[in-house]
Amino acid sequence: MPFDWLRAGPPLAEWWDLRDLGNAVGGLLGWIDDRGGPSWLPYVVSGLIGIVGILLWSVFSQLFFVWAERRLVARIQVRLGPNRAGPLGLLQPVADALKVLTKEMITPRNADRLLFWASPILVMVPALVVFAVLPFGERMVLADLNVGVLFVIAIGSINTIVVFMAGWSSSNKFSLLGAMRTVAMLISYELVQVLALLAVVVFTNSMRMGAIVGWQDDFNTWIVFVQPLALLAYIFAGAVEINRTPTDIAEAESEIVAGYHTEYGGIRWGMFQLAEYVAGFAIAAIVVTMYLGGWTLWGLEEWVPGWLIFLGKLYGFFFVFIWMRGTLPRLRVDQLMGFAWKYLLPLLLVNVLLAGLEVLIWQENGFAAEAVLPAFAVANWALAVVLVVGWGQVLGHLRPEHRAKRPVLVKEVGAILYEPYPLRPGGSVPEA
Amino acid sequence: MAMKTEPFVVNIGPQHPSTHGVFRMKLTLDGERIIDVDMILGYLHRSMEKLAEERTYTQNIPFTDRADYLAAMTGNLAYCLAAEKLAGVEVPERAQWLRVIMSELQRIASHALAIGTFINDCGAWHTPLMYMLREREKVLDLFEMACGARLTVNYMRIGGVAFDVPDGFVPACRALVKEMPDRIAEYEGLLLENEILVARARGVGILPADMAIAYSISGPMLRGSGVAWDLRKADPYAVYDQVDFDIPVGTNGDSYDRFLVRMEEMRQSVRILEQGLDALPGGPVNVDIPVALMPPPGETYARIESPRGELGFYVVSDGGPAPFRFHIRAASYINLSALREMTVGLTVADAIVVLGSVDIVMGEVDR
Amino acid sequence: MPTRFLSGLELAQRIEQKLPQTVVEALPEWVEVQPEKLVDVCTFLRDDPDADFRFLASLTGVDRLDHFEAVYHLQSFRLNQLGVLKVKSWDHDDPEVPSVAPVWPGAVLQERETYDLMGIRFAGHAGLRRIFLWEGFPGHPLRKDWLSMPGQRMPGLHRFPGEPGEPDVGRG
Repeated sequence: MPFDWLRAGPPLAEWWDLRDLGNAVGGLLGWIDDRGGPSWLPYVVSGLIGIVGILLWSVFSQLFFVWAERRLVARIQVRLGPNRAGPLGLLQPVADALKVLTKEMITPRNADRLLFWASPILVMVPALVVFAVLPFGERMVLADLNVGVLFVIAIGSINTIVVFMAGWSSSNKFSLLGAMRTVAMLISYELVQVLALLAVVVFTNSMRMGAIVGWQDDFNTWIVFVQPLALLAYIFAGAVEINRTPTDIAEAESEIVAGYHTEYGGIRWGMFQLAEYVAGFAIAAIVVTMYLGGWTLWGLEEWVPGWLIFLGKLYGFFFVFIWMRGTLPRLRVDQLMGFAWKYLLPLLLVNVLLAGLEVLIWQENGFAAEAVLPAFAVANWALAVVLVVGWGQVLGHLRPEHRAKRPVLVKEVGAILYEPYPLRPGGSVPEA
Repeated sequence: MAMKTEPFVVNIGPQHPSTHGVFRMKLTLDGERIIDVDMILGYLHRSMEKLAEERTYTQNIPFTDRADYLAAMTGNLAYCLAAEKLAGVEVPERAQWLRVIMSELQRIASHALAIGTFINDCGAWHTPLMYMLREREKVLDLFEMACGARLTVNYMRIGGVAFDVPDGFVPACRALVKEMPDRIAEYEGLLLENEILVARARGVGILPADMAIAYSISGPMLRGSGVAWDLRKADPYAVYDQVDFDIPVGTNGDSYDRFLVRMEEMRQSVRILEQGLDALPGGPVNVDIPVALMPPPGETYARIESPRGELGFYVVSDGGPAPFRFHIRAASYINLSALREMTVGLTVADAIVVLGSVDIVMGEVDR
Repeated sequence: MPTRFLSGLELAQRIEQKLPQTVVEALPEWVEVQPEKLVDVCTFLRDDPDADFRFLASLTGVDRLDHFEAVYHLQSFRLNQLGVLKVKSWDHDDPEVPSVAPVWPGAVLQERETYDLMGIRFAGHAGLRRIFLWEGFPGHPLRKDWLSMPGQRMPGLHRFPGEPGEPDVGRG
């Protein structure tokens, strides 16, 4: 029987019940199934509906968020932002999109044409495909894989290859530098991402996205309460993956112009831009699903459509990325990787170990969830603070030069107050 | 197995988002590490020194606006001091004070922009720059009030300033002086201890004091390297000997120190402005000089502390109406001499930060 | 306390004590030394504790119609004094003076600029190339006789630098 997953669980509501758009689709599929058409037809129809839905949603969200980001960053930067095209400048992204579509696309003479042409298309793939396993509502999931978490991680790493293709094929030195940086960076943060998600899987005992949300619904808690450290690390790894400002090293504007997409113009550039936003939405959606309770909101989902709650959380979380972009300077590539290997990785290993221990204690003794989860939450938050601050202090003590300071004020000219740069405890001048 | 590698040459500029104009830096890289730096200048060369030999002394003042276009007032001042020294012109008291006020306003505007672009070069997405531009804008408004122009002001004259400031100027300037310390404190709170900024700028592009002196570095770069040297105190011009201020000095000579020095200098400039506004006397603002000023034959070197360092004008007169030789000792040009010393061994990202901390203005570098 | 201007006479006296027969002319404003001894004089002035000219404030050249002179403004931070040194080259077609870049590395860029625009060659300078103008630019434009230098120059260019075609001779 196909569509077990549709018919399992709570009984189907009427098709017009908009609290879950899956109802309408389910109704349609059931209707096709009942007509006795070919058995593959409902699969194709459901797939098409999902794909078109996600595509349309992502493009419209992107258009809206280009505007929202520009307005918000403008507020952060004491200016107004686009306010001429349409009410409040809302049509600005449309105008920009038209401009981008009509611009000439230049291919450099020495470019590897096939790769150069393919990468702006391929770059959209990982960004979009991730949404297949993310539940927008209880039944609004295109493919509820039982290894959803694995799928998300695997698809995320494809991005590296596409970016490297773009950078390599452009035959531009800035592009190549950007591509090399991306590869180095994403490989480091892949590990961080896996460990951050692993801690969640340890708790929920499932890799199915729906089940993870279900776990959070069942125990009336969000994973972030029991796994704050994992969320923190995941936000950072996500920011690295989508190349936003504190970590936009691959396309660092002030250093390597636009990194791997320096040579792209017109809609090809637009595709990279679109993919960057969609990947941002994907990271935000993963965060919302895995750590912030997905479509649930402590019973409110009975009254408000779950997908609205999900989108609300997603957009709200995306604001964090905009905020980061508006406030932070960029790290250097070696600092960023040092942060992953020296700082995040040990913390996350400890975190996974603790999560395993906690689950073991819980399961072995058969404690009630109501008693044990608040205790874990308090313990984990306290531990997270201690670990983050403590490990930071430990690493900070190894670098005495890494302190802010003030200039010396003098009244008389002629003196020389130079002192050599502070040395590390080892005694050697730090390599720059 | 030894890998076969070869160095990789990247041209940063002349068209690049963070070379502050048309500077071109030819980096030879080993991976991302810089093994050699060559700089290629001249994209903005306008042959100012030759042009000035064809114009009268007064007609040359606009060139000094356009040399260091981010600090036009100090450019004017340095040239006018040179011409006055040659011709033996006495400047009235009020003009002297106005010159000090304008120079310090210009210093605030220039340092604000320098700090903003420096942090932009560190990778902040324009936010600090926008805040700094807001402060600069207020100064430019004051310039507009005083002389009608904002960027290339052409305000100073040989023997004083072009015209007296309007009635509203002093209150408006006082309002700025009142507001600025809070603003600077706010920016210091936001920027000084920013972990990422410290990580990016501390220990990057170290220039020891002896090297800074040997390389003829001047201005905030020299002070960042720990040399307490400021021409406003060392060789007071205008009425700088009557104002009280401190010289901020860094101790390690890295990019972060240069940033700190600029930040603190803005505060000291506000202090000078306060005293200048209190002391501003009445009286004429310029003296009559002949249209075709013909100084006696001779030569002079007048220098001031511009926001970028020692801005000197070496002017030779042969007794005619135009300078026989007109040389600009451009601070940011000479500050670039140590670029190679500062950047070799760092990465591409650091080179941009170091270049940002030098604070070059291509108009002055290429002239 | 303002900078003390070390008069040329005093400076000449000091140089003569240590390095006799080097000063050519001493005026209150400057002191002129023999080109061959320039590097020695500069090294002496830099290292002498009473002169302490560790900072080369400015270096430039002047075309005096019949000869060229290179002008050095020297500054001491510790003693806060300024001195002016000059060297003359009487060969107007191909002026050459020794480079002081070994004494003050800050002279490297300033000498390149002077060479580029004024045409004074600084012997001993490691990388004496043009800096503002491109290699192949005809003549040195800050010379007073630039337009009458060999090759019937006219102001202006007929094409962009680097564009293919005949070499830039005749126009500059």
